[in-house]
Amino acid sequence: MSLRWVAVWRRNMLVWRKLMAASVLTNLADPLIMLFGLGYGLGALLPSIEGMPYIAFFAAGSLCTATMYTASFESMFSGFSRMHGQRTWDAILYAPLVIDDIVAGEVMWAASKAWLTGSTILAVIVVFGFAASPLVLLTLPAAFLVGVAFSSINWDFFSFYMTLVMTPMMMISGVFFPAERLPAPLLAVAQALPLYHGVELVRPVIAGRLPEQPLLHALVLLGYAAVGYSLAIYFARRRFSE
Amino acid sequence: MNVLSARGVRKSYGANEVVCGVDLRVASGECFGLLGPNGAGKTTTLKLCLGLIRPNAGEIELLGEPVPRRAREARTRVGVVPQSDNLDPDFTVAENLLVYGRYFGMAAGDIEARIPALLGFAGLAGRADSRISALSGGMKRRLTLARALVNDPQLVFMDEPTTGLDPQARHLIWERLRRLTQEGKTLVLTTHFMEEAERLCHRLAILDNGRIIAEGSPRALIAEHIESQVVEVHGAGYEAWMERAKAICPRVERAGDTVYCYAEDAEPVLQSLAGQSELAYLHRPASLEDVFLKLTGRDLRD
Repeated sequence: MSLRWVAVWRRNMLVWRKLMAASVLTNLADPLIMLFGLGYGLGALLPSIEGMPYIAFFAAGSLCTATMYTASFESMFSGFSRMHGQRTWDAILYAPLVIDDIVAGEVMWAASKAWLTGSTILAVIVVFGFAASPLVLLTLPAAFLVGVAFSSINWDFFSFYMTLVMTPMMMISGVFFPAERLPAPLLAVAQALPLYHGVELVRPVIAGRLPEQPLLHALVLLGYAAVGYSLAIYFARRRFSE
Repeated sequence: MNVLSARGVRKSYGANEVVCGVDLRVASGECFGLLGPNGAGKTTTLKLCLGLIRPNAGEIELLGEPVPRRAREARTRVGVVPQSDNLDPDFTVAENLLVYGRYFGMAAGDIEARIPALLGFAGLAGRADSRISALSGGMKRRLTLARALVNDPQLVFMDEPTTGLDPQARHLIWERLRRLTQEGKTLVLTTHFMEEAERLCHRLAILDNGRIIAEGSPRALIAEHIESQVVEVHGAGYEAWMERAKAICPRVERAGDTVYCYAEDAEPVLQSLAGQSELAYLHRPASLEDVFLKLTGRDLRD
């Protein structure tokens, strides 16, 4: 494995720096409006959940969802336009890079950008006092795992994926309410999906506890990253090297 | 010394063989042209030589490296100008060069030191901070050429370098390409402009249906494959005149409403046209285009 992918990562980073303000705003506006709107608005009507005010409970779900959306949007939508519309990947392939380097650079970039979204929301959570202890810093590695898992999952039909996969996944993964309230079969589905495991990692550390099964959650996220990444490499090779 | 050699290279997509046993040798310092009608396999051949796609059979060596196995190493010393511009629209002119140089593992300082000379070469001095969308077609093409030179390559591949450019822009590109060969760089270009091939290429190969059907210098190809004189005739009554021309001219062809007479000595043809005021004609030396049309036919290719 070479480090040539870093040049691809840096290319995307340079674009991002030029459009930083707009990019940060669009990635954060939605989740923060949701967090405060639902958190305070709906939260005022609700008793505390799992021993914390609703907004602190929802903060973990909001952070993971925003991280997921940033990763998926960057990797599927922006990545696709670089691959297909702009033909940026074609140009890179004349240089001493191979398609695997480009996929690695794109996945690492989307994961980094997603991590930044997660970290910024973490900062808001800390500033508004929703976090109970310095343990909350463990959100940083957890957000990267969520980012890399969703950056690796990739295919050409972004809009179908968004409505048919991401939205239902968000509903059952313990983002808005404890997933344990779900009927057993739905809970089992949620537990097979990556977002649930991200929320399970982040919510306890916001509440000031260690997750009960950190290794399991991390491995599920890494598993999704590994399988998604292998498939992305397989399809990219088929598209570009035949 | 050969900087590029290919032997028996084949490439199929499904049942469709696009490259059917191509042999090529390009010597250091020459400008080599790959000519052919649309769909002849020119672009596929270039991609095979660069190691971007895998051949089904055959051997390729690029700058001493076996391709595709060590194509990555070979490509560190190669530049590519693709058929359609794929400059990075998110960046300025200078940023395009900087970002592209990084793909070669070059340090930012080394790239930045080269940028003024590259922009000067491309006639884009003072344009470093322009957006790509603000450039004309000719400027984009020249920037693509400058981008291909960012790593100071030994060999530059160009896929139809002047397609879609106006004559001014085309002549400027030609002048720059000649300068590159004077600097000792090897050029491999595909084109279907015969004038381009004739002006630039030391040697060329004509590719049709995935096979090389002729190879040599432009002059040698003309001498080998075609009569030295051409008379083109059109106008009212050309059909009747053509029947007579067949007796005095070794090879007579008709395309649409024009008659082409090919001969080593055009004098008899010109004499027979002398009294024919309704016929317009053009007498010219044979060109590469005549060779190309003779070898690949006059039928449309799409």
